[in-house]
This record gives sequence, structure tokens and C-alpha cells, in this order.
Amino acid sequence: MSLSRAFFAVIRRDLVLALRRRSEIANPLLFFILVITLFPLGIGAQPHLLQAIAPGIIWVSALLAAMLSLDSLFRSDFDDGSIEQILLSPHPTTVLVLAKIIAHWLVTGLPLLIVAPLLAVFLGMPNHALGILLLTLLLGTPVLSLIGAIGVALTVGLRRGGMILSLLVLPLYVPVLIFAGNAVQMASGGLPVDAQINILISILLMALVLAPLPVAAALKMSIN
Amino acid sequence: MQTKSTHSFEGAGLSCIRDDRVLFEQLAFELLSGQVLLLEGKNGSGKTSLLRILCGFREPDAGAIRWCGDAIKDSSFYAQMAYVGHLDGIKKELTVLENLKMSLALNSPGRYSIDQALSKVHLSGYDDVLVQALSAGQKRRLSLARLLITENVLWILDEPFTSLDRQGIALIETLMIEHCANGGMIVLTSHHDIALHNVDVLTINLS
Repeated sequence: MSLSRAFFAVIRRDLVLALRRRSEIANPLLFFILVITLFPLGIGAQPHLLQAIAPGIIWVSALLAAMLSLDSLFRSDFDDGSIEQILLSPHPTTVLVLAKIIAHWLVTGLPLLIVAPLLAVFLGMPNHALGILLLTLLLGTPVLSLIGAIGVALTVGLRRGGMILSLLVLPLYVPVLIFAGNAVQMASGGLPVDAQINILISILLMALVLAPLPVAAALKMSIN
Repeated sequence: MQTKSTHSFEGAGLSCIRDDRVLFEQLAFELLSGQVLLLEGKNGSGKTSLLRILCGFREPDAGAIRWCGDAIKDSSFYAQMAYVGHLDGIKKELTVLENLKMSLALNSPGRYSIDQALSKVHLSGYDDVLVQALSAGQKRRLSLARLLITENVLWILDEPFTSLDRQGIALIETLMIEHCANGGMIVLTSHHDIALHNVDVLTINLS
């Protein structure tokens, strides 16, 4: 009975499950791609405007795509009772939920990182900003999954929790959006972005350490 | 291997209030190794609520639950109990084997290997079948197989006989008798008359 074995078993199980119901991966990714490709069409032939708002477009789309995928984090486990078995395991619930959140990010956050450079070029973002864009996504999207998990854990027991979930989670997403969007904007202009990156790193570390605790507590509350 | 050492599971002065309705109050029991506690009562009398309180999902509105003399949170309770509830906790997109391996990863290995447990519940040969292809009775037997592969002393079962045929019921009864003979203990609710020979069955009627 080792904790690391349980941790990796949970990640592995969730990845296998995601592979078996592919729409769960495809949905947020497709949303991300669609929104970003629609912007140039909506704005028309104004390449400078597009270039100026590209960081905002990419980050807002990433944020909404992450929100869209949140409900799948605990929904099926809640409906079929797997959450009960996870809570009854002698291992600490916080570690097991962290495994679930990591698996969720691998399935919904990582694909965004892979398509983002292509879409950035599409919006006319300068090449030297691509690295920073990827870095902010790498640091920021896990935070979206971690913070979102708290909201989902609180609302998974409600029949129509979608609306409350957005209200709960969106305000907490704002700092990530501000710092990440700003970093990419500055990088496009050739300015240093160390401060923003450092803040994003600290937000990520804090979320990584602090988020699993309320998630575990909220899940325990939700199953009643 | 399970040792014959004795464990005790007790509740004292338990009460549960849901939506201003008192389901039960001042409920007490003491369960020792080898004993079965059968909860009876009509629908809505609080059987499932009591089981969920015993699992620690819900705090009792009054009273305390102790495992070998300690509060369940401060004891080895969670390493020594297994719960099969209304929801079977089985992923329908995973195969039988993958589901059992997951349970095994979350708990310590028990008396039987996965193969042995599957043959015990008459599911051998179904290892690589997706659970969504199983019948309701087979799913129930699979969730009960989880009890055999993980290390546990206390089984908490909510209506374990639902959707099982007569053979299935007899099978589970045999497993329960064997578990008790090995020093295990069981808390269950059931609408069926259960036939447990040579087992000390305590009954609490909630209605």
C-alpha cells in the first residue's frame, strides 16, 4: 500500500477514461480553436488591431475553454460512486484529488499549449513573444484546473451547478488572466516580463499546495 | 493474511436529524469480530443515513462512533473497512480487471488475488470485458469482489442483494459467513431474509 502507487494509479485511470470518451478532450480544444479563428473574421482586415489584442484573445479563450471542461473533473466519479471509494481510501484524500486534477490538466490544459503557437501566428503575434505565451500557458492553465477544482467540488452535488460554478470560479481566475495577458503583451513589445512570470510561478505554487485541501473538504461535503 | 485478533466497532448515543425530522436517536450498538449487524426498517427510516454516518461521510447529530476504542478518524478504521453502497463505485468505461486494479491501488491487498476473487464471484473469464457490457447482477458481484481483494475487517454493505438472483444471494451469504469465520464483521441493510448459519446476527430495527 504505497501512496505514490495510488497517486499514479488515479492519474493513469483518468487518462485511460479520457481516451475512451474522447469528446471530453476534443470539446474544450475545439472551442479554443474555434473562438480564436473566428476573431480575425469578426474584426476584418485590421492586422494591427488583431496583433494588439492577440494575447487577450488567446488567454480569454483558454480561460473559457478551461471553464467548459471543469464539470467533467468530478461529475462521472460523483455519479457512479467512485468518489466515495476515493474518500474511504486510507490514503490522504488531498493527494488523490491532486492526482485527479493533474490528470485533468494533462487532458484539457496541455492540448491548448500544443495548438497555441499555431493560433498565435494566425493572429499575427510576433515570433519573439511565442516563448512567453507558451510559458504563461504552462504556468497559468494548471492554476485554472486547480482553482476550478474547488468550484467543481463545491457544486458537483447540485443539480444545476453550472451557473454558480462560473460565478464562483471566474473572479478567482482574474489574477491569472491579468498577469498572463500582460506578460504576453509586454513580450510582444520587446519588454522584460520577469515580474509577471515570477508572480505566475508563485500563484501556481500556492494553488498547488493550497487548492487540494478545500477540494477534499468540499467533496466530502458534496457527497451528503 | 487476516489475523484472528479481535476488533470492535461501537456506536453510542447516535442520532440523525434530516430536514427537521428525527430519523433515529440514542442509537447504540457494539459489534465484535465475527458478528453481523443487520439494520432493518421501512423505506426512509434512516438505514442508509446510518450507514453513511458509520462510514464517516456524515457527522452524527449526536453520539460517537469508535473503532477498537478510538474515534474513527484517529484509528486504523479506513484501512480496515470496505463499503459497497447504492452506487457501485465502478467505472463503466473500464474493464473488470482495470476496475479491480484501481481498488487495489487505493487500498492494501487482501486475502485473495484478483483472479481468485473473480472466480469466487463467478466472473472468471470476464477480466477484459468493459463493465458497461455486464448485467446489473454481474456489476453487483463485481463491486462485492472488491471486498475480497482488499484488506479489511469491517464490511459496510447497503442492500448487497439488490439485483442478484437466488444463486447470487446464496453466493454472497457464503462469502459473508466465511468473512465472519475469519474474524471479520459486517454491517448491512437488507430487505431480503438472510440465512447466515453459525453467525451471531444482531438486529436493529429503525422503524
